[in-house]
Amino acid sequence: MDIRPILSTLRRHKTASALIVLEIALSCAIICNAVFLISQRLERMHRPTGMADSELVRIRVAGIGKSDDATAQAKEDVASLRAIPGVKAAASLNQIPFDHTSWNSSVSLQPNQDVPNLDASTYLGEDLVNALGLRIVEGRDFTPDEYVDWEAFNKPDSKLTIPAVILTREVARKLFPDQSAVGKLVYSWNSNDVPHRVVGVVDRLIRPNDNGGPAEAGYSVLLPLRDLTQGTFVLRTDPARRAEVQKAAVAALEKNSNRRIILDQDPFTDVVAKYYQQDRNMAWLLMAVIVALLVVTALGIVGLASFWVQQRTKQIGVRRALGATRGQILRYFQTENFLLATLGIVIGMIGAYGINQLLMGTYELPRLPALYLPIGALVLWLLGQLSVLGPARRAAAVPPAVATRSV
Amino acid sequence: MFTYYCNLALRSFRRNKALTALMVLAIALGIGASMTTLTVFHILAGDPIPQKSDRLFYPRMEPRSKQGYIPGQEPEEQMTRFDAEALLREKRGDRQAMMSGGALSVESADGKIDPFVVNARYTSADFFPMFDAPFAFGSGWTGADDENRAQVAVISKELNEKLFGGGNSVGKTLRAGDNSLRIVGVLDKWRPTPKFYDLTNDRFSAVEQVFVPFSTARTLKFGVQGNMDCWGDQTDADGSVGLNAPCAWVQYWVELDDPSKASAYKQYLENYSNQQRAAGRFERPTNVRLDNVMQWLEFKQAVPSDVRLQLWLAFGFLLVCLLNTVGLLLAKFMRREPEIGVRRALGASRRAVFAQYLVEAGAIGIVGGVAGLGLALLGLWAVRQQPDDYAELAHLDLPMLLATFALALASSVLAGLLPAWRAMQVAPAIQLKSQ
Repeated sequence: MDIRPILSTLRRHKTASALIVLEIALSCAIICNAVFLISQRLERMHRPTGMADSELVRIRVAGIGKSDDATAQAKEDVASLRAIPGVKAAASLNQIPFDHTSWNSSVSLQPNQDVPNLDASTYLGEDLVNALGLRIVEGRDFTPDEYVDWEAFNKPDSKLTIPAVILTREVARKLFPDQSAVGKLVYSWNSNDVPHRVVGVVDRLIRPNDNGGPAEAGYSVLLPLRDLTQGTFVLRTDPARRAEVQKAAVAALEKNSNRRIILDQDPFTDVVAKYYQQDRNMAWLLMAVIVALLVVTALGIVGLASFWVQQRTKQIGVRRALGATRGQILRYFQTENFLLATLGIVIGMIGAYGINQLLMGTYELPRLPALYLPIGALVLWLLGQLSVLGPARRAAAVPPAVATRSV
Repeated sequence: MFTYYCNLALRSFRRNKALTALMVLAIALGIGASMTTLTVFHILAGDPIPQKSDRLFYPRMEPRSKQGYIPGQEPEEQMTRFDAEALLREKRGDRQAMMSGGALSVESADGKIDPFVVNARYTSADFFPMFDAPFAFGSGWTGADDENRAQVAVISKELNEKLFGGGNSVGKTLRAGDNSLRIVGVLDKWRPTPKFYDLTNDRFSAVEQVFVPFSTARTLKFGVQGNMDCWGDQTDADGSVGLNAPCAWVQYWVELDDPSKASAYKQYLENYSNQQRAAGRFERPTNVRLDNVMQWLEFKQAVPSDVRLQLWLAFGFLLVCLLNTVGLLLAKFMRREPEIGVRRALGASRRAVFAQYLVEAGAIGIVGGVAGLGLALLGLWAVRQQPDDYAELAHLDLPMLLATFALALASSVLAGLLPAWRAMQVAPAIQLKSQ
């Protein structure tokens, strides 16, 4: 089809054409980035924790006043949690991902190193590999004789040192790029620069919060400490028995001491859902904006195309009288829309990259993958064609007799 | 003339109901989205203490060990307990307070309510006058109470209602953990947003429910809450919260009567820092900062980045809606070229035609603005259903209400400018000929 007549018509409607092109361009630029942002949020929400999420229950308690013997209390608590029917493992630990606290420590390969190799989150507790459902990919779990008493370790004059450490695969790879980490020495939690020996590597264990950004999300280490007195407990059970186990666990903890308050009790999947609530909201919001933009742009195209059809009724009639088929009239408006949309999309792509550059500077976003551009283009082309279909069909329905009448 | 134009606009709307509805809808959606996000932004990015935000300063210095030192780094964001207590003793500001967040279990004296955990703030006497904290009953404690480690407390209005039914509870006893604290003051409604004095804990949450002297809290070994950055080996018998622990976890604020005193205070901080380095306590080069409230909020990027993103997104959307309106108005006005031609031929000036079409555009803006206001109220309602700390604050206030209409009117008049200008250009002769 010859596009020259279309171009010459458009040249006579510069303002209206420019407006529709601009609208398409802006929509295209925003939609490309919005889709990209949604994909980023989804990716974040689906990061694996490395734990058996659906099998875990987390309980936090606070003591009223000071306990006389916190260690004995912790021992009693964990023992009674393990005795609950259906519980596969239970532990008292310092932190659980996505909760209220985050413990971090530097990790170095040399004693007294000026700048540490990395900063990792430290998980402290007994039998955590089992209780959290971690997967050991190299080496072994801690042995009973490696565990150190938490309260005794923290006494000011304590001479205790922690002999061992388990790293996540990401930490192991960063510290020892081309070799096995097991058996190596690292410096982190001991005073007087006593090292920990790496005894095992777990596949993954996510950090409790966004410390260190997405690149360091898997930087965690486990240290063999027992009888943590932080009031955070985790239980592992069958997914179907979580509610029952949670209830029994709270009852047991309340029975063990009447001077305590249950702060939180949730299946771990609820903790995860709450942590990502904002990301989920943002993804839905972006989705709503995309739909609204598409609708507004479509209505804009319909409005302007209808106006043009009405304005050119006489011209269409003349063409029909001179032998143009309905299909040719229809295709005329479709081609016109395709040309405008293409121009809009080209400008929109440049805009999309511009917006992405701004976002990269402010929000630590990666570069917009080129794949999003053809998707955005396709969506807007389709949208343009769909919107113009109605007015174009009305144009095609103009009878040739119109040419003989004056408007 | 204006009423006549309004009348004409009304007729024109009636003739093209669908097109008019479309334009109103587009403006309403754009305005609704923009005003919802702008209101949230306005609440979160506001000045939490406008009457004196330029006289309150957050001093920082660099107490960390040489290990891990990177030249040009910002100094530590909080103070060690040792430095905060030293500055507090030397009292070089007009008012000053050290503070930390914490959590306490409290119970009612009669045991009718089960014990529960509340957020607490451990601070010093100047906290209340310095931050203009409003009191319903009683007042804050005195500097002497700080020195004597008095077991006193100020409680929030909310806690007072829960424990004492909202009555004057000054002089009554608050059971906190195993200890009894004497209530000396009850705060009135107070909600600085963001909670600028401690940005390490939840930034937009309500203020703490119990305030206790810092010295008392340490004597009673109350649990602390917030960020803590430690370096070197622990030697203090009290662990990381001990006086000599190499840990930064205390917020420190100072009030200077006149912002011009800031440079002198900064000099004092440098001198202090130099002394500490000479004494071997500080190892890194002297690096001090003295930010006022708004500078500190800016540095800490107190407004959540998602809220900024939403604001930009909404304005981008509004722009698309406006482009859409310009296009539709243009189409609509151009369709009436013959009518314009007749009016011009009958003696209407270009200015009159321009005014008439601008009135029509403005009318769409006002209707769109009203609908947009409804959408904004709906949007804010949706924000309030979110679990965010600031959710409950998302209400439209009078300035934002006026801003909504200003934005709606301005955008639609702006959108009407080009089409009205084009309408005014219509040459009457051609139109009349073609009829």
